[in-house]
Amino acid sequence: MGSLIDLINVSKSFDGTLVLDDLNLSVKENTFVTLLGPSGCGKTTTLRIIGGFEHADTGKVIFDGQDISNLPPNKRQLNTVFQKYALFTHMNIAENIAFGLKIRNKPRAYIQDKIRYALKLVNLDGFENRSVDSLSGGQQQRIAIARAIVNEPRVLLLDEPLGALDLKLRQDMQYELIRLKNELGITFIYVTHDQEEALTMSDTIVVMNQGYIQQMGTPEQIYNEPENAFVADFIGESNIVHGTMIRDELVEIFGARFACVDKGFGTNAPVDVVIRAEDIDLVSPEEGTLTGVCTHLIFKGVHYEMEVTTPDGFEWLVHSTDMCPVGQAVGIHVDPFDIQIMNKPESEDEEAVGVNE
Amino acid sequence: MKKTKNTLKRILEDFYLVLIMVFLYAPIATLMVLSFSNSKSRTQWGGFTLRWYGEMFESATIMTALQNTLVIAFASALIATVIGTAAAIAINSMKPLSRSIIMGITNIPMLNADIVTGISLMLAFIAFGISLGFKTILIAHITFNIPYVILSVMPKLKQTSKSVYEAAMDLGASPLYAFFRVVFPDILPGVLSGFLLAFTMSLDDFIITHFTKGAGINTLSTLIYSEVRRGIKPSMYALSTIIFAAVLTLLIITNFAPQKKFEK
Repeated sequence: MGSLIDLINVSKSFDGTLVLDDLNLSVKENTFVTLLGPSGCGKTTTLRIIGGFEHADTGKVIFDGQDISNLPPNKRQLNTVFQKYALFTHMNIAENIAFGLKIRNKPRAYIQDKIRYALKLVNLDGFENRSVDSLSGGQQQRIAIARAIVNEPRVLLLDEPLGALDLKLRQDMQYELIRLKNELGITFIYVTHDQEEALTMSDTIVVMNQGYIQQMGTPEQIYNEPENAFVADFIGESNIVHGTMIRDELVEIFGARFACVDKGFGTNAPVDVVIRAEDIDLVSPEEGTLTGVCTHLIFKGVHYEMEVTTPDGFEWLVHSTDMCPVGQAVGIHVDPFDIQIMNKPESEDEEAVGVNE
Repeated sequence: MKKTKNTLKRILEDFYLVLIMVFLYAPIATLMVLSFSNSKSRTQWGGFTLRWYGEMFESATIMTALQNTLVIAFASALIATVIGTAAAIAINSMKPLSRSIIMGITNIPMLNADIVTGISLMLAFIAFGISLGFKTILIAHITFNIPYVILSVMPKLKQTSKSVYEAAMDLGASPLYAFFRVVFPDILPGVLSGFLLAFTMSLDDFIITHFTKGAGINTLSTLIYSEVRRGIKPSMYALSTIIFAAVLTLLIITNFAPQKKFEK
């Protein structure tokens, strides 16, 4: 399967701090790829290397079979939507959108058509002569997107474009972006630290931490089958506990045995067990595999957030629409397919790299 | 009762303000009035006249000095603006530590006493075998003007986000085109006020010019100084009035220019 962009063995450090370490990433044509990770994980640096604003210390950037590692940004067939919009405030909206087209010496009529088309695409028809200052944050971001896409790039790079918007607007824009990607049929590479954004929009999520790719997969894979404790912890809310794999499809946690669906970890092997907060079923103490006492209860709107402390002192995080009052004894039950088993990392380095490499 | 108290307070406030204005502007006002007085006496009003202005414009020495002053002010401000703007851009992209060191160094000439700057420039010119004259005045004025330009361009550069420049490059602009089309309009108010400030400073300068001019060339300020030593003529009042008015106008423009939006 041919890929449009390949990063090969890319490393980058700033002032002696390693930001990207031997990173390999390939992005297919017409996909929505999200680089997801906490701040300082190297996701923005990766995007800037693809855009040409930073140059990798080692390694190559391949675009459609061509090595573009040393090309400046103005010679690359991709466009960027910046976090802070970066609109040209001394030009009106039409001039902003026409900027790239004028440099390419497109005919006047073509430019006019393109401006109208782009404004329609981002739902801001008739904004041609408005000034940048008269627009709200969300509108400015739409103009920034319009300005980028009129140049018909094959890849659109987006650097946390929704970071400065309020929640409601952010959710609306997420749907807008999905629609735009489908209408334009181009590749989106999106950087965010917001897991919900990533899960909503992406075809592929690349989870990054400390300059390494932790896991790459579809939103379902990332959420349901995290490959290591970092991914499990970063995406969604999880209980990560120490367990022992008794044999295939049976794991022991705090002396209680849970049926699971994982195989191939050996017998009596120490493992990490991930159980999502919403996958824990609260049952009566007699029915539970483990029993504990509810020690904490908060109403979150969609669900209740509870903590159930088992006799060994572990506090289980539970999300459920059923409420269990504080102080009441309760049983914990988990369905086999809701239990995710992971190898234990043997060192911190290994933890950063991810164990499946 | 309260009302009278307030009125009294307001009167006192106004009186104080007027007092300060008188204190600041009475000397200049005196000069201006005397420049229109048809009498050589410094204490008596001899009726209104424009004679001294006429005499001033007819004097070849004054006109040459005026021309020198304007040419030097314009040229030094222009060159200092180009050098200072380039320097400000470079300093702005430095790492914080080197940035504050360089800013400290560029600020020194402004804080330095003019007489020290003047004498040291003179010594430097002589030491390097540059004969004193028009070009040494010009070089000296460029030198002391650069820090003012840097200082007025710097805040504008800090406001301009780097991503605007990157966005222009991203859309296909070459670095030079991106700078002139996108960054420069953003910092233009700072560049203009830097130019006007430099122009005013140059127009205003006496001490540094005095030490670096050599014989045979005069700017207005050095001319007035030498005339005054020979006994003051009322045409000097006229000249001083015009210089004051010019500098005041420039200062007003400098102060109001950055607040105005520069439409293209």
